[in-house]
Amino acid sequence: MDIPYIVETRPDTGLANGKLGIWLFLASEVMLFGALFSTYIILRVGAPEWPHGELNVWLGAGNTVILISSSVTMVMAWASLKMKDWGKHRLYLMLTVGLALFFLVNKYFEYAEHVRMHELPSHSTFFAIYFTLTGLHGLHILGGVVVMLYFLGPGAKMWKANPDQFTNRIEYTGLYWHFVDLVWIFLFPVLYLL
Amino acid sequence: MDNVTTHGSVAHGHAHEHAAHHELGFWRKYVFSVDHKVIGIQYAVTGLLFLLFGFTLMMIMRWQMAYPGRPIPLIGMWLGQDRAPMGVMLPEFYNQLGAMHGTIMVFLGVVPLAVGGFGNFVMPLQIGAPDMAFPKLNMMSYWVYFIGGVTMLASFFPTGGAAQSGWTSYPPLAVIAPGQTMWLVGMIFLITSSLLGSVNFIVTIVQLRAKGLTWMRLPFFVWAQLVTAFLLLLAFPPLEAAGVLQLMDRVAGTSFFMPSGLVVSGKPLMISGNGNPLLWQHLFWFLAHPEVYVLILPAFGIISEIIANNTRKPLWGYKTLVYAVVFLGFMSFIVWAHHMFMTGMGTTMSAFFQTTTMIISIPSVIVLTALLLSLWGASIRFNPPMLFALAFLPMFAIGGLTGLPLGLAPSDIHLHDTYYVIGHFHYVVAPGTIFALFGGVYYWFPKATGKKMNELLGYVHFWGSFICINLVFMPMFIQGLGGMNRRMYDGGAQYAHNAGLLKWNLVIGFAAWSLGLFQIPFIINFFSSIKWGKAVDKNPWEATTLEWSAPSPPGHGNFLTEPVVYRGPYEYSVPGAARDFSPQFEA
Repeated sequence: MDIPYIVETRPDTGLANGKLGIWLFLASEVMLFGALFSTYIILRVGAPEWPHGELNVWLGAGNTVILISSSVTMVMAWASLKMKDWGKHRLYLMLTVGLALFFLVNKYFEYAEHVRMHELPSHSTFFAIYFTLTGLHGLHILGGVVVMLYFLGPGAKMWKANPDQFTNRIEYTGLYWHFVDLVWIFLFPVLYLL
Repeated sequence: MDNVTTHGSVAHGHAHEHAAHHELGFWRKYVFSVDHKVIGIQYAVTGLLFLLFGFTLMMIMRWQMAYPGRPIPLIGMWLGQDRAPMGVMLPEFYNQLGAMHGTIMVFLGVVPLAVGGFGNFVMPLQIGAPDMAFPKLNMMSYWVYFIGGVTMLASFFPTGGAAQSGWTSYPPLAVIAPGQTMWLVGMIFLITSSLLGSVNFIVTIVQLRAKGLTWMRLPFFVWAQLVTAFLLLLAFPPLEAAGVLQLMDRVAGTSFFMPSGLVVSGKPLMISGNGNPLLWQHLFWFLAHPEVYVLILPAFGIISEIIANNTRKPLWGYKTLVYAVVFLGFMSFIVWAHHMFMTGMGTTMSAFFQTTTMIISIPSVIVLTALLLSLWGASIRFNPPMLFALAFLPMFAIGGLTGLPLGLAPSDIHLHDTYYVIGHFHYVVAPGTIFALFGGVYYWFPKATGKKMNELLGYVHFWGSFICINLVFMPMFIQGLGGMNRRMYDGGAQYAHNAGLLKWNLVIGFAAWSLGLFQIPFIINFFSSIKWGKAVDKNPWEATTLEWSAPSPPGHGNFLTEPVVYRGPYEYSVPGAARDFSPQFEA
C-alpha cells in the first residue's frame, strides 16, 4: 500500500496531506510569534519608559513594500504553474528569492548601524525584543529562501515527473511565505511606528 | 483469521510487488528508517532507556536524602571530584540530578515513549494506514529528539555540570546558574521534534483513516493521540519562544526575565534590567500544564484498549469518553497559572484559574468513571497488561484527587513546594502513566515482535513495582502535609519541624531502590522474549481493532490487503455472535 492523498484530495476532508500539514505548522508558528508578541506587550507595559524613534522607519517601510511584493510574485509563481507556464514560474520564483535577499540586505544595514551605535540586545529591553523578533523573522525568511532555492535547483526535477505534486509544493511554500510576510506586517508597526 | 485476505487479491499481489521493491540495507532498514513501526520502536527503546537513566538519577538522590553526607555506595567513587568528592554528594550535583531527573523523565522518557513510541507504532495500524502521512518527517522527528537527548546527557560533562535550576528553570536563578545553556539548546531540539511529530500525527489521523473508519469508530487510543498532538502543536511553541528568550538572556546579555537591581553574591549584576521573571513562569506553564495532559492522555488511550480487550465488553460510554478528552484538551490551555498562586499575581487571577482548574477535573473524573464502569459485571482476564491497567485506575485517582487541594489557592498556600506536590504529580505520572506504558508494552509486544512476553516475569514485575511505588510516594503526602519542603539537599534535616518526618526518607529510599530491582525482571523479559518468547499469530488477545488484522510483526506497508472497517472499535460479546469478539475488520 502506498500513502494516499499526497496529490489528490481526500473526498470527506477535501484536503491533500501536505496542505493540512502546512496549515497545522502555521498554527504552531502563530503560537510561537504570539508568545513573543505577548512578551513585547508585557515588557512594554511594565517598563518605566519605552524608547521611540530608535529605528529607521524608511528602511522598515521599504522592507514592508519589498515583502508584500514578494508575496505577489510568489502567488504568480504558483499561478504560472497552474497555467502550465514553466518559464514564467521560474522567473517569478527567482524574483521572489531576489526580493527576499533584498529584504535581508536591508536588514543587514539596519543591524550594522545599531551595532555601530552600540545598540545591542543587551542595551535595553526594547533592543532585546527588537533583535529577537526581527532575528527570528529573518531566520524564517532565510528558511523560505532555502526552500525556494531547492525548488529552483534540484527540486525542479519533479515538474517533469509529477507536475501536480510540484504545483502543490509551490502552493505550500507560498502559504508559508505569506505567513512570514504577515508576521512582518505586524512587526513593522509594532516596532517602528508605535 | 483467513477471512481478512478475501477482500481483494489485486491489492494482495500489489503488496508483494511492493515488498520486493523495498529490500533495504541495514542502515536504511533499522537506523535511518522511514517506516513508522521501526521509528516507533526506536522511540520506545530510547524512551525506556531514558526512563531508566532518569530513575537512576533519582535513586542516587534518594541516598543523599536517606543518609545525608554519607559516601554513596557502589558508584560514589566514580562520580568525580567536582560532583561527589570522596563519594559524598555536593549540593550543586544534587541540584543537577533534581533538574535533570524532571527534564529527562518528562521530555525524554514518558512523552517519547507514550507519543513517539506507542503513537507511532500503534496509531497508523489502528486507523488502517500504510504509514504516517510524512514518513521522512517522522524519521527527522526521531533524530532531532535523539540530538536533543544527547545534548541533555552531554550537559553533565562540561565544567559546572548540567542545569541545576529545576526542570521548571525559573529565572533569575536559571539565567545565572551554570549548565543552563545546554539545557536550553537541548530543549529547543526536543520542542522542534515534538512539533514535527504532532503535525504528522494530526495529518495522519485526519487523512489516512481506512475506508469505513468514521470518527466515532476510531479506537479511543487514536482519539487520545489526536488530542495530545494538538496540545503539543499549540502549547510547545510558547515554551520554544521562552527558551529562545532565556537563551538570549544567557548568551546575548538581554534582560527579558531579569528585573533591575539584582544583587548576586554581594555584587550588583551588570545588566540592563527591566525584565519580568514572572513572564517566564507564564510562558513555561502555558506549555507545562498542557504537557501534564500530554503525559496522561496517551495513558488513558492505552488502558482503554487493554480494559476493553480484557473485560471482553465494550467500553462504557465511548462517546462520553471522546467528548471528555476533547473538552479536556481545550480546558488544559486555560489552567496554567494554578502553578503560580504563590507569585502574588493577584486574587482575581487566582480566582479565575482555580475555577478553570476545578472545571478541568470534571472530564478527568468522567474518563475514570467510564473506565471503572467498564469493569462492572465483566469476567476479567488478569494478564500482565490488564494488571497494569487495573492498577492505573486507583493510582491515577489518588493522583488526581490529591491535586484538588493544590488547585484551590487557599490550601495551595500551605502545600505549595512541599513533598505533597511531589507525591501528587508522581501518583499521576509514575504509577499512573508509567504503569499504563508498561501495560502497553506487554499488550502490543506480540504485535511488534510476533512473540508474547513471559507472564510469570510480568507478574513479578507488576506486583513488586506496585507495592514499592506506593511505598515511595504515599509517605510523601505525610511529609508534605507536615510542611517538608522539596528540593532540600540534606533531605530537610536543617529544619526543626521536619524532625519527625525524616524517618520516611529511609522508607522512601529503600522502596525506591527495591523498585529499581523489580525492573530487572522486565528488562530480562523484554530482551529474552524477542528471542525465546512464545510465538503468536496476528491476534493473540482476540482483540477487535485494526492493528490485529495485520501480520505480527507487520511488514512494510502494514496490511496485506486494504483494510475496510465495518463496525465500532469495541464490539465484544455481541449477543448472537459466534465468538465473544467482532473485529472492526470483519464484515
